[in-house]
Amino acid sequence: MEINCAKALIKSLEYEHVDTIFGYPGAAVIPIYDELYKQGSIHHYLVRHEQAAAHAADGYARATGKVGVCMATSGPGATNLVTGIATAYMDSVPLVALTGQVPTDLIGNDAFQEVNITGITLPITKHNYLIREASEIPQTIKEAFHIASTGRPGPVLIDIPKDAVTTTMKFEYPKKVNLPGYKPTYEGHPLQVKRAAKAISEAHRPVIYVGGGAKMSGATEEVRVLAETVMAPVAMTLMGMGIMPADHPLSLGMLGMHGTKYANYAVTESDLIIAIGVRFDDRVTGKIAGFAPNARIIHIDIDPAEIGKNVRVDIPIVGDAKKVLLKLLSLIRVTRRNEWNEKVKAWKGEFALEFEGGGLKPQYVVRQLSEICPDAVVCTDVGQHQMWAAQYFNHKHPRNFISSGGLGTMGYGFPASIGAKIGRPDETVFDIAGDGSFTMNCQELATAVAYDVQVKVAIFNNGYLGMVRQWQEFFYDKRYSETKLTEINFVKLADAFGAYGIRVDRPSEVAPAIREAMETPKPVIIDFRVAPEENVFPMVPAGAALNEIIDLKSRKGDR
Amino acid sequence: MKHTLSVLVENKPGVLARTAGLFSRRGYNIESLTVGVTENQDMSRMTIVVSGDDEVVEQVTKQLNKLIEVIKVSDLTKESYIDRELVLIKVAAEGENRMEIMQITNIFRARIVDVAPKSLVIEVTGDEGKIHALTCMLRQFGIKEMVRTGRLALGRGPKVIASAKEQVG
Repeated sequence: MEINCAKALIKSLEYEHVDTIFGYPGAAVIPIYDELYKQGSIHHYLVRHEQAAAHAADGYARATGKVGVCMATSGPGATNLVTGIATAYMDSVPLVALTGQVPTDLIGNDAFQEVNITGITLPITKHNYLIREASEIPQTIKEAFHIASTGRPGPVLIDIPKDAVTTTMKFEYPKKVNLPGYKPTYEGHPLQVKRAAKAISEAHRPVIYVGGGAKMSGATEEVRVLAETVMAPVAMTLMGMGIMPADHPLSLGMLGMHGTKYANYAVTESDLIIAIGVRFDDRVTGKIAGFAPNARIIHIDIDPAEIGKNVRVDIPIVGDAKKVLLKLLSLIRVTRRNEWNEKVKAWKGEFALEFEGGGLKPQYVVRQLSEICPDAVVCTDVGQHQMWAAQYFNHKHPRNFISSGGLGTMGYGFPASIGAKIGRPDETVFDIAGDGSFTMNCQELATAVAYDVQVKVAIFNNGYLGMVRQWQEFFYDKRYSETKLTEINFVKLADAFGAYGIRVDRPSEVAPAIREAMETPKPVIIDFRVAPEENVFPMVPAGAALNEIIDLKSRKGDR
Repeated sequence: MKHTLSVLVENKPGVLARTAGLFSRRGYNIESLTVGVTENQDMSRMTIVVSGDDEVVEQVTKQLNKLIEVIKVSDLTKESYIDRELVLIKVAAEGENRMEIMQITNIFRARIVDVAPKSLVIEVTGDEGKIHALTCMLRQFGIKEMVRTGRLALGRGPKVIASAKEQVG
C-alpha cells in the first residue's frame, strides 16, 4: 500500500523511537506538520526561534543520551538552526536536524526562502543529506540516526524538498544501514592497551585528564575505578565535569584557563597524562610547549583524527572509552602513590578556590544552589557565570552539567535547559545565565510557559558582558568598550511571559529565593544582582602555560 | 614534501564539495585534485596531491577518513606507484619554429592535435618530470595557453585499493 511520504517520514522517526521534536513550522514543512498533527505520536514543542529548537534538542540529547531532533522550514528557518547545529558539532552531541527545502525543480533558482543549507552546514555537521527522491526518506532517516549516535556522535542534517513529502510511496523501514565508508573503531588495540598498562605501572606522578568522550561512552564508573586503583588524581574538562565527584579526594576539578591551580600544577608536574575522551583544546592546554612538559601521554579517543592533532602522543588508543578502560582495568594492579597524592593534597589545601566576601557574590550564589539542590541538572550559558558554575557547584553526575564548551554559544543555556527538563521531567533543572546571555534567547520564556516546563533560571546580573569586561580590565586598561549593558527588569519580563520572577540583592535573600523558586510550580527567573566587577579566578592568560596562572592573591600583588 | 593520495569515495552528489571543503577549511593546500568514476559505478576515485610534512598529511588522511562517503585513503607516496598527467599546450608556431616544435614533440612522444597558421596544440601525457621538461622546451616559442588534468595515480603491482567488500568479490 502506498502512503503519503510525509507520513513515511513520521513513521521512520517512530521507528527510531523519536517521541519529542523541537521545531517551528513554515511553508516548506507544512506537509510534515500536517502529518505530525494527524499522527499525534510525537510531541512537538513549538519554540519561538529556530535557534532555540536546535539548542533544546541539544540539551535534551545531553541530558538523556538520546538523539535530539529539531525541525525548521527552508531558508531563514534553516539558517536560524545553524548556531545550534555548530554548538552540537563542537561538543559531539547526537542531533538530527530536519529542514524543509523548496521543491526539487526550484532548487538552485534562488526561489523564495531557498538556501543551500547542506552547503552551509557542510563544515558543522557530521554528515548531511539532501533528499532527491521521496523513496530515499526511510533509508536516510535510518542512516542519519545511526551516524548521529554512533562513533563520535554529532549532528546530522536532512534537507527535504517540499515535493518529496507530497507524493506517495510504498513504505518499508530498512533494517540495516550500508555505509562502506563509516566503521567506527570501538575496541582499543590490545597491544596499545598493554603498553598503556605498563606505562601506568611505571609512572610516579600520573594524572587522568578526562572529558566529554568519557561521559558519552558511559565510562564514569570505569574512570573512577581506574583513578582509585592507581591513585591518580583526575582533572576534568568543562565537558567532563561530574565524572569524578567534586568532593572526591582524587578530584582536581576543572583544568585549563579557568581551572583550579592544583589541577594545572598537577598536569604540569605529571610524568604520565592519561587522556580519556578529550581533544587537547587550547582552553585546556594553554601554551602547548608548556603543557605537561615532562609527561608521556596516553590518549584514548574514539576519533582517530583527534590523536596527535594538537599534542604528540606516546600511546594512542583509538576506541570507545568504556571498552578500552574495561580492558585496561583488567591489566593494572592496585598501586599506592603516597608521595604524589600527598603533594596534590597539599596543593589542594594551599590553592583551594576562594573569593572575597562583600556584597552579593556570584560564587556564593552557586555554592548555595549546590547546597540547596545538589542533584539539579545545571545548564549554563557562556561567560563568567559559566566558569563559576563549573568551579563552585559540587558536580556529581556528568549528565547533570550541560554547557556549550567548544563553540561557547551565548544564548545556549536557557533553551537547552528547556530541552533537558523535557527529557528529565522529574528532576530539578537550573539554568545559570548571565544577563547578556539570557537576553539572547529570552523569548523562550514563552515556550517554557506554554508547555509548563518548570525550569528555574538564575541570572547572574552584573550589568556587563562580564567575561569580555574582565579581559578588558586585565589586558585593555579597563577600556570597557561596548560591554556595559542597560538594565533590564527581569522580574517584569518573567511576569510579561506568565512566568514568575524574583529579585535578589543581598546574600541573606539567596537561599530563600532559591527555595521559593523550587516551590513555585512555574518557570521561574531569579534575578541575582551580583557584584558588577567580580572576576573569574584563577586564570591562565591566553597564550601562557598552565602553571603561569593568576589567582586572586597574585592579581592583588600586581596592583 | 608532496604526497599523492588515492581516495576511494562513494559516487554520490556532493562528495567533491565535501572533500574540497575539508581542505580549504582546515588550511591544507591542494596541488591538484582529479576525480572520476572507477571500475565500479558506485564509486569514484580521487587522486589528490597535497603538500605538507608527514604530520599534516596524517591529519589530512584522518580527516578524509572521517567523511562518511570516503571509503579508503591511501598515501601512494609510501609505495611504488605510477602517476600520469595529460596536458594540452597551445604554442605559438610560425616559420622555422614549426619544424623545431614538431621535433621536440616527437622526442617527448607527444602529439600535435591541432594545427593552425600561427599555432599548434600539443597533447602530452606523462609524469611531472616529463611535463616539466617539455614545457621548459616549449616556453622559448611562447606558450599561449595550457591546460592540465592534474595528476592521476595508481599503485604498482597486483595490490588494489578497494573497500573490504570489493576485495572479497
